[in-house]
Amino acid sequence: MSSDSGESTQQIVDHLFRHEAGKMIAVLTRIFGISNLELVEDTVQETFLKALQVWKYGQLPDNPSGWLMQVARNRTIDLIRRQQKMAGLSEELAERLGASTESAIQQFFLDTEIADSQLRMIFACCHPALNQEDQVALTLKTVSGFGVQEIARALLSTNSAIQKRIYRAREYIRQESVSFEIPVGPELVRRLETVYTVLYLLFNEGYNSIKADELIRYDLCAEAMRLCKLLAEHKVGAQPQTHALLSLMCFQASRFNSRIGEDNTIILLQQQDRSKWDQELIRLGYYYLNLASTGDYLSVYHIESAIAGEHCLAPDFESTNWQSLLGLYDYLLEHKPTPVVQLNRAIILAQVTDVNQAIDTILDIPHIKGLLEHHYIYAAVLGDLYGRVGNKAEARRLLETAYRLTSSLAEKKLLQDKLNSLTLRVDS
Amino acid sequence: MKDFMFVFRSPSYEDLKLTPEQSQAAMQKWYSWIGELSAKGRYVGGAPLFNEGKMVKGKSPVITDGPFAEGKELVGGYLIIKAESLKEATELAFGYPDFDIEGSVEVREIVQMPM
Repeated sequence: MSSDSGESTQQIVDHLFRHEAGKMIAVLTRIFGISNLELVEDTVQETFLKALQVWKYGQLPDNPSGWLMQVARNRTIDLIRRQQKMAGLSEELAERLGASTESAIQQFFLDTEIADSQLRMIFACCHPALNQEDQVALTLKTVSGFGVQEIARALLSTNSAIQKRIYRAREYIRQESVSFEIPVGPELVRRLETVYTVLYLLFNEGYNSIKADELIRYDLCAEAMRLCKLLAEHKVGAQPQTHALLSLMCFQASRFNSRIGEDNTIILLQQQDRSKWDQELIRLGYYYLNLASTGDYLSVYHIESAIAGEHCLAPDFESTNWQSLLGLYDYLLEHKPTPVVQLNRAIILAQVTDVNQAIDTILDIPHIKGLLEHHYIYAAVLGDLYGRVGNKAEARRLLETAYRLTSSLAEKKLLQDKLNSLTLRVDS
Repeated sequence: MKDFMFVFRSPSYEDLKLTPEQSQAAMQKWYSWIGELSAKGRYVGGAPLFNEGKMVKGKSPVITDGPFAEGKELVGGYLIIKAESLKEATELAFGYPDFDIEGSVEVREIVQMPM
């Protein structure tokens, strides 16, 4: 027994419960079947209650994770024995079955089998027939062990909306008897795509949502990375695309702490204190990007990771290799021709050539009029570029539109600063 | 400072069938209480007790099975803490997280034997 207690113990326990819940649910689902998720969750919950009852006096076991798994395993064996008893078997048969049951169940709790079960669970939660919202909520609940309230906070939604999503997803899984297996062959490739999309979404939800509080955003990014790593460490998931996605997450996460200033203001890339960038994560980013450089398929994650890595390489904003970035964005645009990519490419273009050309590219984006009226980011970027070429009237109009469109205080403050600097330049 | 024992009686969480969120919250309350006691240098130790037990009683002892009491009267565990006085120890017990599930704390000073 170790006797350290206090704040750190509390955090250990929070994360422990969350991670172990995911593991236990995966293992027990493999034993009891995916249609018995409720029984599985009850068993996991009973395990936690037992832990709580025993740990609350400030003493944790030396291996809390192993302790929980052992309790869950014993409960499982009990449950199955009870069911065998109810079947009214002869004592002799029950005894023989009992011995083999125990060793069979033991197998499911081996480390490699646990990882395997977790992967099955990820595939089930990211089933392509579910809509994306439901996939994300179900993954967070079932694989990551987040509570409904935490999911609502992380996804800026309400408890009842999240509950509905989870319920809907589970009903589908039950009724359609979704398989609890790791797909093979061409099916695997297709299913992995969906998993990547969900993990990418999870990460970005945490990385970009300024409105959610810092802690939960951090947890979300860390969780997306943990699951991606789980995938990368399994023989089935160790694909170039998985490594590319993981490296992208590492590069992005390295800047996590330098993007937000005190009082929750946004610090743009240009102003970020690069000494705060996490060098270890940048190193990992390159490590995984290297692993990703095999095979002949170049995914969007490869290109996005290369872009993020390019930014990490530059010691300061001025020495960024804009030319190389522009090339990467051209490439990305071919693979992912979306308005956001076009917008981001224009920002790079403004650094490489002249700003007017960047403005023209933005104005050429299909349906740009509507985008400027409804999405703050287009109005904010274009307004900023107009400001740089001295077209203050357009700059002001667009920045004010952007200000109106965003509900995030941090973004409003950033836009207000830009508007103020426009006025200053008029005065001087 | 003197040593005191907090003896806790409360229904078990398993009987109450707490939800994951409730158990998480209960755990947090316990750890922030214990953390607070440790930070003040008052936490000495503590342990849970199994619910099952035996009662041994009588001249030619009769052994009976536990549990010996209603769920909420059962001693679930104890803490040993340090405090200046019984009054202060009692005040420290105000932080006990399970009052709202009808739990109680018995505060007792531990007698120190002189050498």
